[in-house]
Amino acid sequence: MRIACPFCGERENGEFTYLGDAKPKRPFVAVIEDGKGAEGERDAFYDYVYLRDNVAGEMSEYWYHGGGCRSWLVVRRNTLTHEISSVEAAPGTGAAVTEAAIAKAGAQ
Amino acid sequence: MKYSIFSLAKAALSGHKGWGRAWRDAAPKAHYDVVIIGGGGHGLATAYQLAERYGVRNVAVLEKGWIGSGNAGRNTTIIRSNYGLPGNTGFYELSMKLWERMEQDLNYNTMVSQRGIINLYHSDAQRDAFARRGNTMRINGIDAELLDQAAVRKMLPFLNHDNARFPIMGGLVQRRGGTARHDAVVWGYARAADRLGVDIIQNCEVTGFVRDHSGKVTGVETSRGRIGAGKVGMAVAGSSSRVAAMAGLRLPIESHVLQAFVSEAIKPLIPGVITFGAGHFYVSQSDKGGLVFGGDLDGYNSYAQRGNMPVIEDVCEGGMALMPMIGRVRMLRNWGGIMDMSMDGTPIIDKTPVDGLYLNAGWCYGGFKATPASGLVFAHLLATDTPHEEARRFRLDRFERGAMIDEKGQGAQPNLH
Repeated sequence: MRIACPFCGERENGEFTYLGDAKPKRPFVAVIEDGKGAEGERDAFYDYVYLRDNVAGEMSEYWYHGGGCRSWLVVRRNTLTHEISSVEAAPGTGAAVTEAAIAKAGAQ
Repeated sequence: MKYSIFSLAKAALSGHKGWGRAWRDAAPKAHYDVVIIGGGGHGLATAYQLAERYGVRNVAVLEKGWIGSGNAGRNTTIIRSNYGLPGNTGFYELSMKLWERMEQDLNYNTMVSQRGIINLYHSDAQRDAFARRGNTMRINGIDAELLDQAAVRKMLPFLNHDNARFPIMGGLVQRRGGTARHDAVVWGYARAADRLGVDIIQNCEVTGFVRDHSGKVTGVETSRGRIGAGKVGMAVAGSSSRVAAMAGLRLPIESHVLQAFVSEAIKPLIPGVITFGAGHFYVSQSDKGGLVFGGDLDGYNSYAQRGNMPVIEDVCEGGMALMPMIGRVRMLRNWGGIMDMSMDGTPIIDKTPVDGLYLNAGWCYGGFKATPASGLVFAHLLATDTPHEEARRFRLDRFERGAMIDEKGQGAQPNLH
């Protein structure tokens, strides 16, 4: 398996560290307070920390290029075949911060 | 036919023409009291225990390929019970006790060989941690012995004891640990279960669950038609998330690939199982003479049953650091198996939120040694609807309750367990 880093070019996967599925978004507390309260917050964090889709097929995932440019990347990869279809830089994709939530948090 | 010295002698005198099938090639019936999905060691052991100990004999084991074609045939055959946390200690010791009487129980030679396992330590801190684990084991009635540098040097003179960075300072030994023949375990359980009336149905892939109006699981859809079931047990580690998804469940599990390796056969060298404490490398020698070894997960989600070069390199480096003469031995082959990596590194044996559906999953890379106990406690759960005493901590909801059993202390990052 080789990963084509957008900054460094194609490198062997030993240079990269895996984090996991890029789909789960860290719950944003202001959003949760808007919803079901503390119970909802607990459920949302349980879901985020422990449950996984564990996709069999194409999955977007976070890889860290520690042996190169030290960038976080979003790699689209097939878990059945290890085939990689796209690699993109991943700045700012870690939290589910919507503009509405930021506006609400700012207002409080 | 019961296997014995007499049946062997009789068959030998008749040119070995009299051996019958070890188990029937069963066709699926319309309904079973219990259907087990997964014809690996755990599924077959569960069916055997259901029939033998709990008197539930109208049981089918469904296997999508051939029995033992998944992780049961891809592990490194190590058996041990050197765990330190409540939940694990009792469970794995139960398993070890079942290994010790397995051949008599099953009337099958599973080649259980208690040749010992030693975990080497390379620093003062590691010695302290191993001493603590050894003491925990002994308090729980499990054999453990802490060896110092001189004792390890005498026991395993061929290791690189004076590695400049990672000198071997001693080791924690469990002498009752060792290896067993993995395929024979599968065949032994299959034969013993079959003799008690269990149907083992191969080439039968489950494609969905049959649910009644209340949502209860009442059977499975398979590639060989619909099969009704009073209860359905899943023992499909590696693919647990995929099968559970058919029932609408999301599990605290990721599937990862773990590679294993075997060298060309050499004369007897390694007396038991040795684990390198400064990297992740462990090695034993099979009865055929090959060195069987492995190390870490590749680290990324995978269902591909094959891994990549960086881990091969890492494992071989670990081997060279521990026993440099391994460099003269050629590697014969390597392969990958798919691990159910749970969020705390510990298995899950529990009812699911779906009525009628039971889960045996999350074995990480400890599934083989757990085979007999896993079968016993899962059969207990299926037969009685209550957790077995030694599996009461392996609940599905323990992550929500904060009752994780994290032997390695890595947190909810499955590829680090």
